Amino acid sequence: MKILVCISHVPDTTSKINFTEGDTKFDTAGVQYVINPNDEFGLTRAMWFKEKQGASVDVVNVGGPETEPTLRKALAIGADSAIRVNTPATDGYAVAKQLAKVVNDGGYDLVIAGRESIDYNGTMVPGMLAAMIDANFVTNCISLEVDGTSAKAVREIDGGKETVSTSLPLVIGGQKGLVEESDLRIPNMRGIMMARKKPLTVVEPTDANAETKTVSFEKPAPKGAVKLVDADNIDELVNLLHNEAKVI
Amino acid sequence: MSILVYTESENGKFKKAALEVVSYAKAVADQMGTTVTAVAVNADNAEALGDYGATKVLLVNDESLKAFNAKKYAAIIESAAKNEDSKVVVVSASADSKYVAPLVAVGLNAGYVSNVIAAPSNVSPFTVKHSAFTNKAFANTEITTDVKIVGLSNNSFGLVASEGSASVEDFSPSIPESGVTVESVDKATDKVSIADAEIVVSGGRGLKGPENWGMIEELADVLGAATACSKPVSDLGWRPHSEHVGQTGKPVASNLYIAIGISGAIQHLAGINSSKVKVVINTDPEAPFFKAADYGVVGDAFEVVPKLIEKLKAFKAANA
Repeated sequence: MKILVCISHVPDTTSKINFTEGDTKFDTAGVQYVINPNDEFGLTRAMWFKEKQGASVDVVNVGGPETEPTLRKALAIGADSAIRVNTPATDGYAVAKQLAKVVNDGGYDLVIAGRESIDYNGTMVPGMLAAMIDANFVTNCISLEVDGTSAKAVREIDGGKETVSTSLPLVIGGQKGLVEESDLRIPNMRGIMMARKKPLTVVEPTDANAETKTVSFEKPAPKGAVKLVDADNIDELVNLLHNEAKVI
Repeated sequence: MSILVYTESENGKFKKAALEVVSYAKAVADQMGTTVTAVAVNADNAEALGDYGATKVLLVNDESLKAFNAKKYAAIIESAAKNEDSKVVVVSASADSKYVAPLVAVGLNAGYVSNVIAAPSNVSPFTVKHSAFTNKAFANTEITTDVKIVGLSNNSFGLVASEGSASVEDFSPSIPESGVTVESVDKATDKVSIADAEIVVSGGRGLKGPENWGMIEELADVLGAATACSKPVSDLGWRPHSEHVGQTGKPVASNLYIAIGISGAIQHLAGINSSKVKVVINTDPEAPFFKAADYGVVGDAFEVVPKLIEKLKAFKAANA
């Protein structure tokens, strides 16, 4: 089984989010980048398929050279090789189109992407990719088993979960549950040394026009101070929620 | 040219999010000088969408579509959009809508923006405001394609009643085979889901153990709320994963979020930030959640929560 794991290069959760150039660009100054958490759950599940079922695991990112350390980290975790499509990630559609070409050229059976990236939260790349390559698609995926060309997946739905049967070729929108937090791997020194020698191929982009364009960013208005209610005066809390906040 | 809106139902009954997307679509239609057509599958009482601004409902009645299937539902929405020559398609932020929307986007060559929180600031160029960076910021984004898809964040626009009525038409587009088959659904039917909830009651490690969740459930019950939990609680196995809210868990966009014994790690706050009103109950006045909350009680959950339940019961009885 040939697996491709899509890796988004995203600001670490604790990063301060700021904008520059008249609030039109994300301010990368001082920002630490990480593998998108939803992708990392997928990558770790892919490593399980590699170790238990002999799958090969490649990772891919659509982005400039600055994303290569994130791909190297994925190699250090255990992926076999990495591909970087050398173009900025302009919108979900354009990224999906670049990925579709990589999947078609590489003949992958299973593609695992995160259900969403924690920067733009579009929740669209895996689905668009699946539609473009006409593969089966399961998102919000919290469990995945593959046997030959058949697959069984569990999808989180509103208020519960749903078990589905499907087959390869398959695109997964993954999240926590594919593996647990405690299964995530921190690259060790050997992994990091080996990652330096693993292939990281840079491929030139195909034609793909973005369909959306972000014209400006805003930060939420600063929040007022919390209104404290005495623990002995819970009537007051009920009163505030009813009369002031009007939520009950 | 009407605005098309996909209205989800469950066991025949429209979800609240369905009424909200119709309300939203009506606002967009008014801006663009057109009308609203809804598309629904196996829904009862489809003409009720007229109360929120739809003038036409394309209703698919098909037992084989009882279980949601993204590919099949995408085909229905695409056919409806083509039928109506719609330039704007509106969907909700439910798990199913977020599953189907990217497929529709490719099928219609339409640009798609999700997590939209307000009516378009401009219809030419078509510009919408949406959350980004896991609720730490907003972005204003133009959709540059001929057909546009808007994914509306739950509870962001609200329900807006409208005069008028909707005609219901049977709709039976051709539906493709799908390579994904639902084997089983595991869903608590008597509980409010986090996605649909207007109020969410959430517990953290401060509750000391899973045996203490009775009061959380009771509080949720009084409020008609969904229950949720912090990441450590789900990692410890005290509560199921499906209740974990935060950056890597479920997003919450409720009207009221009550955090009990949750310190407020940045990942947690990111996931719940788009809730409108936040209440924190915690023994530690230095807990970061107090900086993010609107109302706070410094106190022991084991004393405060039972009191709150009692007061709310009295309030409900008085306002029934």
